[in-house]
Formats: sequence, structure tokens, C-alpha cells
Amino acid sequence: MSGEVNTDTSSASAAAPSAAPADAQTAGIVPQRTAPLSVALGVVSGLKNAVLPAAFVIFSSSSNYAILIALGLAALIFAVSFALGYIRWRKLTYTVGVEDIRVESGLVSRTARSVPFERIQDVSLEQKLLPRLFGLVSVKFETGAGGGEDLSLSFLTEDEGERLRQVVRERRAAETAPVAVDGASEAVTAQVTPQEESAEALFTMGPRRIFIFGLFSFSLAVVAVLFGLTQQFEFLLPFDLWDFEAWEERLIGQSDALSSLGRSAQIVGGVIAVLSLIILGIATGLIRTALREWDFLLEKTPRGFRRRRGLLTKTDVVMPVHRVQGIKIGTRFIRYRFGWHGLKFISLAQDAGASNHDVAPFAQLDEIAPIVEASGFHLPSEDAEWHRAAKKYRFDGALIDGGVFLLISIPVAIFAPPYFVLIPLVLAAVFAFAALYSWQFKRHALDESQLMSVSGLFSPSSMIANRVKLHSVEISQGPIARKRGYASLDFGLAGGSFSISGVPLERAREVRAAVLETIVSKDFSELESA
Amino acid sequence: MDTPDTIPTPATSVPAANPAAQEVSPHDDAALTQLHTNYVHALRLTAMLTAIPVLIGGLVFESVIVEETPIPAGVVMSVLLVLSLIFIIRVPMRRFQARGYNMSADRLRVVRGILWNSDTVVPFGRVQHIDVDQGPIERFFDLATLTVHTAGSHNASVYLPGLNKALADDMREDIRAHIKRDTM
Repeated sequence: MSGEVNTDTSSASAAAPSAAPADAQTAGIVPQRTAPLSVALGVVSGLKNAVLPAAFVIFSSSSNYAILIALGLAALIFAVSFALGYIRWRKLTYTVGVEDIRVESGLVSRTARSVPFERIQDVSLEQKLLPRLFGLVSVKFETGAGGGEDLSLSFLTEDEGERLRQVVRERRAAETAPVAVDGASEAVTAQVTPQEESAEALFTMGPRRIFIFGLFSFSLAVVAVLFGLTQQFEFLLPFDLWDFEAWEERLIGQSDALSSLGRSAQIVGGVIAVLSLIILGIATGLIRTALREWDFLLEKTPRGFRRRRGLLTKTDVVMPVHRVQGIKIGTRFIRYRFGWHGLKFISLAQDAGASNHDVAPFAQLDEIAPIVEASGFHLPSEDAEWHRAAKKYRFDGALIDGGVFLLISIPVAIFAPPYFVLIPLVLAAVFAFAALYSWQFKRHALDESQLMSVSGLFSPSSMIANRVKLHSVEISQGPIARKRGYASLDFGLAGGSFSISGVPLERAREVRAAVLETIVSKDFSELESA
Repeated sequence: MDTPDTIPTPATSVPAANPAAQEVSPHDDAALTQLHTNYVHALRLTAMLTAIPVLIGGLVFESVIVEETPIPAGVVMSVLLVLSLIFIIRVPMRRFQARGYNMSADRLRVVRGILWNSDTVVPFGRVQHIDVDQGPIERFFDLATLTVHTAGSHNASVYLPGLNKALADDMREDIRAHIKRDTM
């Protein structure tokens, strides 16, 4: 904080060059501002806030001046958000220093945050639709701090974002390989370009693959959204949405056609409704998948894995190989029948709010295997020694899952009309059977370097963690588990949770002792450099 | 399980820790060290402080509201009293007995829970930082809580309450000596 106040005059002049591609070394120490256009972007997204109150005024007031009031209100909100955005932009500066990146912000209460280069794991760039039109990116400095506490700058010009990324990489490279430092700065910049080129594509998804992926991503989310919207804005509609007779009239015309056609017409209508829902679901799946996964490219670069994807919002994420803490292979009921799986990396860095990184969201196992190898893991070998959950755990699970519905069936039997009691009884049987049957698929194994667990009734999902990269081991037991002699194993995994339930107590102790032996053999500091 | 023969990097603490590890592992389920007996008093005092508002509520009920209800006078208060006595006298003792720790050459084991029991082991090599905290009640009984933080999402912080303050400080120094200085 100290001594930064006097930069106010100098930073005014620095504001202009900040947008222009500054030459790397000299402009570095001066506090810079984000791209001026980000004020405009802020205002545009602020408009969204202005629309609703304005609409509210128009629709709720009966006054003749409603539209004028609404316009005035919108203009006021617009002006305030512009002013606030401008002040915020004026007051936010970032400095690429010798040892750290510093961001200072705030009008009334100033905050200064400094992130040392050696803590920055990588720089990720994100472009949403609007910033992309203006050629802007938001830059996020990944420090591995959980809980979204990463430093980010929105928005910078594309060039500036790319420059920051290179600066961070150079500093990081200089630290890990001190030899490179005495080679002058040209050597460092020269080294940067070949680095980009030596990328090796690990996995790509073309339009065809994305189309298939979309077909499997059936989603009725849009129906829910539409439903929610109609509930929200029902008062705006000029007719009563829930008046079904009016709907019949509107759709079929003023005739007795429907009633005269009778049952068959109703069936046809039902089929059409179901079909349109299915088509809507498939279309949603296709569109959402295409938007998210377009031009999916996963590369292995010297810096780690680099993933680019997105149609309107483009993302470009890099994850160093040693930051991969574990991997998850998941699938779904139908796509599993066609051999499709998804691969995710578990790491501390966040990926668009999710803690796991999608690296191959829709791939066959033989495409996944090389990526897994590249990340330093391996798929379970043929002779892996699999262990099952305790038999007692299976029994208790079935009893509890089925028992809940048995309990529900008691009041139903008393109060509901006869035969209704069959519903909870059937559910009890189904859930008890599912618990019994899913036991078949639940297993875990331990090999030289990895801990693996598989579960899932209709579609297996597996999780693999590196033994040495675990942080703690816990054996926990609830009251039932304690009486029945089984336990849950919970492993401390950075960025994810790894838990195996229903393990016989003896086996749990065995696994814990083995894993602890591996953990103890390597200090945390050796992990990071490995 | 065969321990991977690591060739340790320059640091000297690792070779020292490795033979220790082998001799420690059989004791992984060894007897636990009990917490300081003052911990029972501290737990009881905390329980008492929690129970007081409930008992006051009971008194208010007995003196003001009870006449308007069909419940005979004194029933609510006596139930509350019995429950609070169990809560103040019995539960802290059980909790104290269920807790324990074991610190060996390279790891800390913390056991806790009456009904939901958990048994956590944190190797010193994974400890990010260590806290020794003292609340007002703990300070009164000369107790402290030792907290070790790991980078794992599960068990990010493992708490060990009920240690004598001096012991907690010693344990912190012990664990810190195991964390290498260059740890990121």
C-alpha cells in the first residue's frame, strides 16, 4: 500500500499505452489499466439490470407516463452503471513487477493484492461472446488457491493477455531453470515461440464427434426454463395460460372436432406432444454441446496440458502435468452401451466453476488411454487385485434403501385408497434390489503407484489417484458400520474427494497403512518439483 | 507392500524419516494417547454455558406459559434438567474417552467421535501449516487446540483439541521440524 499513491499522475499517462502492445521489459514496472473498452462492456451488461425495472414500471403502472418513467429509470441506471464502471476502471491498476503481479483497486477502501510469480501456476484466458466481439479477454492467474480466490483481470486486449501469459511463463521458466537467466532477454523470447509449436495434439473433437456427443446429451433443461419463465411472466401474456379449453379452441379451431374424434385423437395428440419433447431435448443437447465443445483441442505442451474449446465463449486453459492430482472416468447409461466415456482431471485449479477439468468429454477408451498415460497415470491393468465392499455393507445398504420405502408404505396403507400401498412396496423392492445388485460393480484396488475405485450400477465410473499425491487418510465409521465391522476410507486429495465406502475394517487398515507408507516416503515439496 | 526406494534429494531429513517409518507402521493402530484431563472440565463448562439459555427458556415456560397448556407444572423443567445433566456430565466424559491421538516419528493420528467415529492420519510431509489456538475457556484450563492443515480437500484441517498448551507448542515445533523449509 505504501508509496503507491503517488502513481496516480503517472498512471494517467500509462493508461493510453496499456491498450497498445507494450514492449515487454520497459512497460513492465508501470501500473497499467485494463482495456478502456471494458467500461463499455460493463455498461452493456449493466443494461440487463436496467431492462427489468423499466419493464416492471411499464407493466405495473397504469399512468400515461409509464413509458417516460421507464425510460428515465433506464437512463438513470445506465448513467450510474457507466459512472461506477468508469471509476472502477480508473481505480484498478495492475503492475507486472519483478517478482510479482500486483493489482490495486477500490475507490473508498483500497485493496492491493500481490501474487508472486512462483505461486502462479498458469494464466488462463477466457473470451465470452461480447468481449470477443471487441477483441478482449479476461485473464485469470491460477494460483491453485481453492474457492475461486484466484486473481483475475477483465478485460484486457487479446495481445495484452497473451503478453501477460508469456511474461508469467518466462518468469516461471527462469525460476525452474536458472541457467536460462544469464542468456539475455532475447534468448527467453526466442524460446517462447518454438514452445508454442512443440505442442502435440492428444485429443480433438470434430463436428462429427460433437454431433454424436450432442445426440447423447439429451436435455430437457430448456423445457424447465420455459416453464419457469411462463410462471414468472404469466401476467404479461394476453391470455390465461392454464385455461385448457381456450387452448383447444386456439389450436384446433372452434369446432367439436376434438371431442368427435375422441380417444384416438387424444392418443395422437399425446404422441405428438411426446415426440416434440424428444425433438426439443435432442436439439437442446446438440446446441449446448456444440456451443461448449466446438473445436475441442487438447494438446500436450512443454507447459502441460492445453485445452481449447468453445464456439461463442472460447476458453484456453493450461494445466501443468504435475498438477493433475487424480483422474475420473465417467459415462452414462446409454452412451456406455456404445463405448463412450468422459475423462476428467482432478486438480486444485478451477475450470469454469467446476473443480474437475474436462479433458476428453466424449471419447472411446482407446482414445482415453494415451491421455491417461500422458498425465502420469495408467488405467488399471488386467491383473489388478480388486477388492469388494463388505457383504454386511451390501445387506445393510439394501435394508436401509428398501426400508425407507417400507416405512413410507405404512401411512400409505392406512390413509391412502387400497392398492396405492403397492407403489412404495414396489419402490422398496426396486431400491433394495438395486443396492444388492450394485454391490457387484463396487470395487477398489491398490497397485504400486495408484489407488483405484470403480462403482455404478448401470454405468461404471472410476476414479484413480496417485498414492503419493494423497494428503491424509481417514477411516470413518457411523454407528451401524461400527457394529457391523466395515468402514469408509476417505483420502485427502487436493481439489477433489476420494472416498471408498463399505470396506471391511481389516482391509481399510491395510489400505491405510500401505498408502501412508507411500505418502511418507516423499515430502510435499518434492511432489511439486517432480 | 513394498516401500518404493526413493533416492532422496539433498535434504537430510528424509533418510532419517524412512527407517523410522518402517518401525512406526506396525504401531499404526497402537494405543492412543489420551487428551489432558482438564479437557473434560473444559467440555463440561462449554456444555453448561450451552445449557443455561435452554434452562432459562424452561423456567420462562414454567412460570408464564405452562398454565395455558395441559402439561402439568414441572414436567418440562424436570425433563430439561435431566437432559442437561446428561449433556453436562455424561456426554463430555464419553467424548473425552472417544478421543485420542498418536504422534509418531512421521505422522499424526487423530481419533474422535462417539457415534460417528473417525480415525485420521496426517503424515508430516503433507502438512502445509500448523495452528495452535486457545479460546477463553481453553486458556482458563491451560489447554490449546492444535490444527494441522493439508492441501487435500477432504480433511483440509485436522483439529486436535484438549492438549496442554505447552505440549501443543512442543508438538507444533516437532511437526514443523519435519516440514522442509523449501516447501511451497
